[in-house]
Amino acid sequence: MPRYTTTAILLHWLSALLIVCAFTLGWIMTDIPGLTPTKLKYYSWHKWLGVTVFAVACVRALWRLTHTPPPLPAGTPGWQKKVSDGVHLLLYVLVFAVPVSGYLYTLAAGVPVVYLGLFQLPAIIAPNPALKPLLKDVHYVLTMGMAGLVALHVLAALKHQLIDRDGLLERMLP
Amino acid sequence: MKTTQRALFASLLVLSLAASAASLLKTDPAKTSVSAVFKQMNVPVEATFKKFTIAIDYNPQTPGTATAKVEIDTASLDLGDAEMNREVAKKEWFNASQYPKATFVSSSIKPAAGGKLTVTGKLTIKGKTAEVTFPLSVKHDAGKQIFEGALPIKRLAFNIGEGEWKDTSMVADDVTIKFRVTAAP
Repeated sequence: MPRYTTTAILLHWLSALLIVCAFTLGWIMTDIPGLTPTKLKYYSWHKWLGVTVFAVACVRALWRLTHTPPPLPAGTPGWQKKVSDGVHLLLYVLVFAVPVSGYLYTLAAGVPVVYLGLFQLPAIIAPNPALKPLLKDVHYVLTMGMAGLVALHVLAALKHQLIDRDGLLERMLP
Repeated sequence: MKTTQRALFASLLVLSLAASAASLLKTDPAKTSVSAVFKQMNVPVEATFKKFTIAIDYNPQTPGTATAKVEIDTASLDLGDAEMNREVAKKEWFNASQYPKATFVSSSIKPAAGGKLTVTGKLTIKGKTAEVTFPLSVKHDAGKQIFEGALPIKRLAFNIGEGEWKDTSMVADDVTIKFRVTAAP
């Protein structure tokens, strides 16, 4: 079975790791009551992870635009192909949209991102208290949408591996 | 003779009171801002104080006789988030219930180069007083005076951020108090 290129595999698992870390940290940090140094640290780390996810997403989009992914096994029902394409496309969109919404949210809150505590990233919008709660909701909804799609993505891969036993997962394994 | 002297003294007193009352400026709160600028994990943050009273006695002809008294409600610091605002009013930060006001009282205001003034006075935050000196610029605009300046302080010198918040890698020790006061006679 044709496999993804090493570059694509590396980028896929790198973004998977970064996204899981950012999601978990986001979940934990927003549950910390009050104001603690740990909370502030987690917020900063979460933002750094988000920026990294965005950067990796840019590289992945470039890869995807210049490469054709290996085809699905012959005999895959048409509706499965459609769902697979749809989920992958949405994941590509969200891997940009989630970090961007978070970035805009923190800028609207008047807190710019200083990547790794070293480089201040451009404040593309001014602090905006009216927009802040809206962007917070957008970031949350997009994140949860992405979590749902990732769950579907993982379940589908497991179904191919454990039920269909068609070796589809091998294409993306290192 | 005595009555004449008394009358003279009284009229002088009235005159001087009138003169000092005339130079006490009226602050325009809508065009006045006081903020604290600091770095949190290297991220620049500006938080504004929403409640303050500023009394400036200033006569452009005799700037050297000016005085200033500022009172800031420490609980009014706005970090752009209601929960954060409640947190910084707590004991480890401003301890606003015990120290509701931060104050500045000038002791000397001297004309300096470039039409600026050098202001010296006592700054009291959270029960700690320090003598501070900072440059102040004065602009005149349509009958109004605009006083602008920045005063760098060390937050730990005033016990702002106790316990685990003493860690300056989280919140830097350097804080700049920025202000712009618009006032008219």
